[in-house]
Amino acid sequence: MSPAIAHVAAALLPGAADPTTSFPTPHLDYRALLPMLIVGGVATLGVLVEAFVPRGKRGITQTVLALGGLVAAMVAVVSNTSIRNITAEGAISVDGPTLFIQGTVIAVSIGALLLIADRALASDADFAAQAADVPGSAAEQASVRAGFVHTEVFPLAMFAVAGMLLFPAANDLITMFVGLEVLSLPLYLLAGMARRRRLLSQEAALKYFLLGAFSSAFFVYGMALVYGYAGSVKFADIATALSSSTHGDPLIIVGLALLGIALIFKLSGAPFHWWTPDVYQGAPTPITAFMAAGTKIAAFGALMRVLFVAFGGLSWDWRPIIWGVAIVTMVVGAVIGVTQTDVKRLLAYSSIAHAGFLLTAVGGITVGTADSESSVLFYLVAYGFMTIGAFAIVMLVRDADGEANHLSRWVGLGRRSPLIAGIFAFFLLAFAGLPPTSGLWAKVAVFKAAYEGGAAPLVIVGMLASAVTAYYYVRIIVLMFFQEPAVDGPTVLAPTVFTSAAVVIGVAATLVLGIVPQPLLDLAGKAVPFLR
Amino acid sequence: MVFSYVPVLALFLLAGGFAVFSIIAGRLSGPRRYNRAKYDAYECGIEPTPQPIGGGRFPVKYYLTAMLFIVFDIEIIFLYPWAVAFAQKGGATVFLFVEMVLFIVTVFIAYVYVWRRGGLEWD
Amino acid sequence: MTHAALHAAATLTPTMHTTGAFSFTWLLVVIPLTSATVLLLGGRRTNSWGHLLGVAAPVASFVLGLILFAQLIGKPASERSFDNHLFSWTFVGNFKAPANFQIDPLSISFVLLITGVGSLIHVYSVGYMAHDPGRRRFFAYMNLFVSAMLLLVLADNYLALYVGWEGVGLASYLLIGFWYHKPSARTAATKAFVVNRVGDFGLSLAVMLMFATFGSFTFTNVFGAAGSADHATMTAIGLLLLLGACAKSAQVPLQSWLGDAMEGPTPVSALIHAATMVTAGVYLVARSAPIFNVTPTARLAVTVVGAVTLLFGAIIGCAKDDIKKALAASTMSQIGYMMLAVGLGPAGYAFGIAHLLTHGFFKAGLFLGAGSVMHGMNDEVDMRRFGGLGKYMPWTFATFGLGYLAIIGFPGLSGWFTKDAIIEAAYHKGGTSGYLLGSAALVGVVLTAYYMTRVMLMTFFGEKRWAEDAHPHESPEVMKWPMVILAIGSVGLGYLLVLGSRFADFLAPVVGKAEDTAFKPIGLVGILTFVVMLAGIGVAYLQYGRRRVPAVAPVAGPLVVAARHDLLGDAFNESVFMRPGQYLTRLLVFFDYRGIDGFVNGFAAFIGGTSSRFRRVQTGFVRSYALSMFGGAVVLVAALLLVRG
Repeated sequence: MSPAIAHVAAALLPGAADPTTSFPTPHLDYRALLPMLIVGGVATLGVLVEAFVPRGKRGITQTVLALGGLVAAMVAVVSNTSIRNITAEGAISVDGPTLFIQGTVIAVSIGALLLIADRALASDADFAAQAADVPGSAAEQASVRAGFVHTEVFPLAMFAVAGMLLFPAANDLITMFVGLEVLSLPLYLLAGMARRRRLLSQEAALKYFLLGAFSSAFFVYGMALVYGYAGSVKFADIATALSSSTHGDPLIIVGLALLGIALIFKLSGAPFHWWTPDVYQGAPTPITAFMAAGTKIAAFGALMRVLFVAFGGLSWDWRPIIWGVAIVTMVVGAVIGVTQTDVKRLLAYSSIAHAGFLLTAVGGITVGTADSESSVLFYLVAYGFMTIGAFAIVMLVRDADGEANHLSRWVGLGRRSPLIAGIFAFFLLAFAGLPPTSGLWAKVAVFKAAYEGGAAPLVIVGMLASAVTAYYYVRIIVLMFFQEPAVDGPTVLAPTVFTSAAVVIGVAATLVLGIVPQPLLDLAGKAVPFLR
Repeated sequence: MVFSYVPVLALFLLAGGFAVFSIIAGRLSGPRRYNRAKYDAYECGIEPTPQPIGGGRFPVKYYLTAMLFIVFDIEIIFLYPWAVAFAQKGGATVFLFVEMVLFIVTVFIAYVYVWRRGGLEWD
Repeated sequence: MTHAALHAAATLTPTMHTTGAFSFTWLLVVIPLTSATVLLLGGRRTNSWGHLLGVAAPVASFVLGLILFAQLIGKPASERSFDNHLFSWTFVGNFKAPANFQIDPLSISFVLLITGVGSLIHVYSVGYMAHDPGRRRFFAYMNLFVSAMLLLVLADNYLALYVGWEGVGLASYLLIGFWYHKPSARTAATKAFVVNRVGDFGLSLAVMLMFATFGSFTFTNVFGAAGSADHATMTAIGLLLLLGACAKSAQVPLQSWLGDAMEGPTPVSALIHAATMVTAGVYLVARSAPIFNVTPTARLAVTVVGAVTLLFGAIIGCAKDDIKKALAASTMSQIGYMMLAVGLGPAGYAFGIAHLLTHGFFKAGLFLGAGSVMHGMNDEVDMRRFGGLGKYMPWTFATFGLGYLAIIGFPGLSGWFTKDAIIEAAYHKGGTSGYLLGSAALVGVVLTAYYMTRVMLMTFFGEKRWAEDAHPHESPEVMKWPMVILAIGSVGLGYLLVLGSRFADFLAPVVGKAEDTAFKPIGLVGILTFVVMLAGIGVAYLQYGRRRVPAVAPVAGPLVVAARHDLLGDAFNESVFMRPGQYLTRLLVFFDYRGIDGFVNGFAAFIGGTSSRFRRVQTGFVRSYALSMFGGAVVLVAALLLVRG
């Protein structure tokens, strides 16, 4: 071995720094890692399917493969419920919150995948025939005529799911960064694949990518500073380093801030929320549903793990910041949402406001109590299901040129198709947190946790913001049901089996959790705390 | 505590000052004789390929080539430290071997995809 | 009331686990509910056989009820309480909604009344509604009612009781407005709904107060802790329960909806607005006996409400020419008796419930008789257009006549047993209040005899005052036989229940028992009652039997005019509740508009303005987003460093 190679190896691989020590077999708990392995494996298989299966059969193969993989992963998560294990040499923590969030992510991903499969394979698909074609070009028309279908959306979505599963489980910063990128990169691509309003979609993808790369840079910079302070990227080591030093070091503070920025970006908290409305609006609606539900769930898991496990010792420092971010996020989501005229943008601001409500519980944490953690977990489940359902309905209301997203087109929808409008109204009530929906208990849980954690001002702002958001939800209900329908209103697509299944899952979960929330609250209570 | 930032501040100033100095000094000292070649994009001294002016685009082939290059480049970089660890006696040989096979297979799956879908055909 | 009685009332709590037939208690409720669902969802496809299913459901429940009753009788008295635990619905924390059904002597009595009388009225309706296009819907609503009413009486907790309470309210609303093409029916339905809202409000507050005080809804927990709870709280709960009972049972001051409720089809009036639903208030008070036992104030309020209503209803009944409205006023008055009885505490619970049961029979019979008359007279309801119908409708005449004798308390018939018992119990209470209550009840007897004789004479005797196209005829068999069975009940039920204190002993584990429940018809009170009853009949005979009945209501004095207008119940509502309510509303609207709305609108405008201003910050330029993010990052880092200090 040449000295040069040894030098490079030493720089890249700390374990190999001394050529005389042997490389030990790392400990990997394959059972605990199974959900991630399954989803990652299925995604890779999906790439092979793209390579070898003939075009006509790819769609069905991919659908079966992806849904089967998700179901298998769900089974793996459920069978793992008793596992509380830090594995992969401390890189991955499979504990209660991880399993709970992985289960939730998989559940909403199944819903989202039903929508994706529905809209990818339909004759009037929502995905571009050939994403590389210039919008409006002859090549594009040729691709459309040829009936091309981008079945690559399935492996891409599955890679994103794999990232979402890894992200909250990561127990060191490097693994977390890998999870972050694995979940983000496919989403950047997917966001740009809309079939209609392609320029808007591509613009959204580019914006998402640029801002996402920007936030990733924050993460990496923060990681470097934290490493500089603690000499390690493992959460346990960071926590130890924090507990052993009494004086504050700006290095770790700035590092924490930069890490936090990247995570708050992912869960669309203000002032890093800018991408959210543009991307939600531009992306194909099934993808919007997927990332609105999945990304937020995974990002909250990761944020809580970073804050509670690694930086629990600094909670007196980050709590006021989370307070501030929560307040700004709630205000932005509530206030700017009022003047939105596009239903997807409106739901984007709604999603920002929900991030704020969730942050109140994170900000209300008194380290050592489990209430705020479990309330966030419950909220994420409730929010995930209602989001999938609401976007599924958005997909159904269509004009000649695709979805009719402008709210003026939704006027009088309740007269035209009372069932669809009724279900949408139900989801809006859930977003607003009114009975008999899961939204009520979710809000009650996070506000209660925040209040008991001493964040009463946050709760007051949360209440006011809820009232403002309720205003714009109710406004949609009013215009759907109490105004005369337009003469040339949009048509409502008869939902296929897939979309119906996704809507039914959403309605059922929202209603059942609205009537009997206790079992899930108990489950969330059992899932916490984070393994340190 | 604040004093520990003085070197950083100094470095910022130095960097910014150098940038400003270079631009101004270049303008002041250098001769300015423009011709068509100087306006062209610099492509390692060869004739520049057609530029995307007026709605044209780079052929996506370049992008593919670049991507494939990066894929194999990273793979090779990864192989070096692996080889160092593998060469040691008494280590987790089987584990390391399997891991690398998995890594290479995964990379090759992407390669196979590109190949099967015609990404390697120049035209 | 004695200490022993109190103690007896508290012994209802031990509850056996369900075994055998009792584990099927839930079926009682579910059978009619299923049938209602089938009929409502099945749509027109079920038109041809819908009414048969509609009849079969309450009959099935009745049979099951009989089986349960037989089982219950077979147990020793102290073990006659069975809880059918289905599941417990935990919302959050200890806020639980137990879905349990409880079979005990009180609830089984109601089950038999509801399903028994209910089945007869369902059978009757097959004939009565034969030509109505909405017959299937009618049966669906009726089954819904039966189901909700059974839930109400079988619930072992106040929350489920409240669900049943609202359910019967809904069914009542739907059935009063059954002929919704008639504006009067719509108005009446709305009126019943609104007035009942007031009562429901009281009941819901009572239930919430219970949960706040005892942390539970179940009868067992609430009653178990009732004795040790704060006295003022218990009085408040009692009075709120009374408010609920007043609305549901049409007691003063929430009585005004019952007369108008006669807009519904007559079987509805018979089942819901005479025999069962309107007596739910009495059930509520009797069921809540342990609560009322500890609060004499609330009990006094119950007796006063009962006494006032029994006179109030009776006076209205004397002036009504509409046969159904006269009967409705009579219902109000009779429920007043029951209220008076249950307000007396353990001395009266058994009598109140016994009167409720006998009343269920004879009043249902009277209403079905009235329906039969209307059926034969082209839906005419004005008694001044009847007369001499006895000859043409012998069966109706005979059954109606027996019901008439029962309600006025003719010796030997059921009303005699149960009503005399109440009057006696009232006097027995002692003191001025006992004397006043007893006398009110006695005056009620005169008035009852008077107005019922009047109805009888105007309808079945005298000369014909029919409309030209009237061709009175006896009703079909399917309507006749329910009337006959009800008439038999009107005659014999009182004897069965009261003699030998059978019913009082049966109920004793639930509501407690007075020390003296023996029936003494030949006492002073009994003879007095008989005499005043004869006086009432005599006056009515002189007025309506001897003289011609004018076809148009004659000009009359102010009292009669007032009585014709429900003793100005509506005017009272209007001037006491509506007007001040309107002023209050206007005042509130004013403040709301100026103050709260001003603030809210200002806030909304502020939010809207802020929103549109901030909206512009979202420029769509990724460079400005990145800049904003960078700015945010700088602020965040700076803030963290500052916090660090």
